[in-house]
Amino acid sequence: MKLLNCPLNGPRNIAEFTYGGELRPMPDPAATDAQQWAEHLFFPDNGAGIVTEWWCHTATAYWFLAQRNTLTDEVIRTFPPSEVFKQGRKLAGKDGGEKS
Amino acid sequence: MAFGLLKYGFRKRYPAKPQFTPSGTTLKKRYDVVIIGAGAHGAGIAHELAKSHGIRNVALLDKGYLGGGNTARNTAVLRSNYLTEEGVAFYRQSLKLFQGLSNELNYNIMLENRGQLTLAHSDAAIRSFRWRAEVNQHLGVRSELVDRQTIRELVPQLNLSEDVRYPILAGLWHADAATARHDAIVWGYARSACEQGVELHQRTAVQAVEVTNGAVHAVKTNRGRIACGCVVQAVAGSSSIVAKMAGIRLPIHSYPLQAMVTQPYKPLLKPHVSSPHLHVYTHQTSRGEFVIGGGSDPYPRYGSRATLEQKEALSSAILQLLPFLAQAKVLRQWAGTTDMTPDYSPIMGLSPVRNYHLDAGWGTWGFKATPICAKTMAELVATGKPPELIQPFALERFYRFEQINEAGATAAGH
Repeated sequence: MKLLNCPLNGPRNIAEFTYGGELRPMPDPAATDAQQWAEHLFFPDNGAGIVTEWWCHTATAYWFLAQRNTLTDEVIRTFPPSEVFKQGRKLAGKDGGEKS
Repeated sequence: MAFGLLKYGFRKRYPAKPQFTPSGTTLKKRYDVVIIGAGAHGAGIAHELAKSHGIRNVALLDKGYLGGGNTARNTAVLRSNYLTEEGVAFYRQSLKLFQGLSNELNYNIMLENRGQLTLAHSDAAIRSFRWRAEVNQHLGVRSELVDRQTIRELVPQLNLSEDVRYPILAGLWHADAATARHDAIVWGYARSACEQGVELHQRTAVQAVEVTNGAVHAVKTNRGRIACGCVVQAVAGSSSIVAKMAGIRLPIHSYPLQAMVTQPYKPLLKPHVSSPHLHVYTHQTSRGEFVIGGGSDPYPRYGSRATLEQKEALSSAILQLLPFLAQAKVLRQWAGTTDMTPDYSPIMGLSPVRNYHLDAGWGTWGFKATPICAKTMAELVATGKPPELIQPFALERFYRFEQINEAGATAAGH
C-alpha cells in the first residue's frame, strides 16, 4: 500500500485519491485563440522527473498539490493550493489573482 | 553427429551467422534515415524502407536492446473491432498484413487466428457493442453481438453464473482477432532489414536532436553525432521525452500498464476474452500460460515497476470470469509505459519539424498496428507525403479539434 500525505487528512492509502493532472497556468479566456486552447487542453508537459500536480482526496473532495518524481514515483511533498493561489480567482477582470 | 557436436562446442567463434548488425560496429557519420527506437515499429519501418523503397542507408537505434521495450511487454492481441471508420480501416489492413507476415519475413511469427470475445455486463455495454458490430460489419470486419448461449459454446470455461456482482449479459464476437509471437515479429523485421543493409545499433541512446531552420539534420548519441536526412521516432512510452529534444510537444500522458502470466496449463481456452467493465483481458498463449492484462495505472508515471494493488485487481477480476485460475501461480509480472493520447488513437505522420516524422501515441494498441504502420510510415519517409490511410492520425488533428475517438473500443476500459 502506498501512502499519500493529504494536507487536510494526513497520510492515507493512495487508492483514496484521484489524480487531477499537471499544475498549469490557465490561459486568459479574453486573449486566447483556438490554437492556444488546443495546446492548453491536449498538450501536457508529461515531464520525466519532479513535477507539480493536482490530487484530490476523493472521500472529502479536498483538492491539493503534490510534487512527485514521475521516474521513481516518490512523492516529495504535498501542500494546500493556497501556497500557490494567494487569492481567489476573479472571474471577469484581467487582473485575476493567479500566480503560477 | 557426436563429432559434429564436439566440433561445434570447441569453436572459438559462435558458428551461426549473426542475424543482426554485430554489436560494436562503428556508427557512420551520416545516414539517410535515422530511426529512433528498435521495437517492432522501428524495425518494421526499416524493413519496409529497404524492401519497398530501396532506402538502405538507415540506422536503427535503440537505447536498450532490440525489442526490449513495449514490444516485449504487450499482451499480443491482434484485432480490428474499433469504433471509428478511420480506426477500423487502419487496423483491418494491419490484420490482413499479419496473415502473410511469416512468409514475407521468412520467419515464423506463430500467428494463430483465435477470435476475441468481449463481454458486456450492462445494458449500456450491449448498446455500444451493437454499434461497434454495425460499424465493423459495414467496413468488412467480422464482429457480431452474441447471446449467453453462444458465449457458452465459444468459451465453455467462462463463469456464466447470474449469482455474481456483474453477470455476463452478452458479448461481442470478433472472429478476425488473432495472436502472434511479439518477439518473433521484431526479430524477423530486424533480420530482414539488416540483410538488406540497414544497421541496427543497440545501446545507442539519442541525447539531442539538432534542428536548424525548422528542419532536422543530425542527432547526437552517446556514441557520437550522426548527420541524417530524416528522423523517425518510434519510442512508445518515451515519446514525449524524445519529441521534446526536437522541440515538439505531444498530446501524450505516459501511464504504466501492468500484466502477468500464470503457470502453463494444457490448451483449454482458444479465444481472447476481455471484459472492459471488470478491467481485465486474457488469453492462453501457445505454451499454455494465461496472459492477463488490465487497465492502465490510476496515475501517470515513467518506468516499468509493477504494483501489488494492480496485481490484486487483475487477479480478482479474472477469477470472476475463470474461477479455476484460483489455484494458478503467477510466474511473471511486469509493466510497460504506454503513451496515451486524449482520443485513444495514435499519432502518425509529419511533425512541426521538417523531415522529423512521428510514430507515437500508441497507448495500448501499438502491437496490433505494426505491419501497416511500418508500411505507411516508410512510404511517408520515402515520398514525404503521409499515405491516405494515416492522414486522419496526423498530430495537427488536435489543433483542428478533429479527434478520432476510440475510447469506447479499448479492451479493458482504461
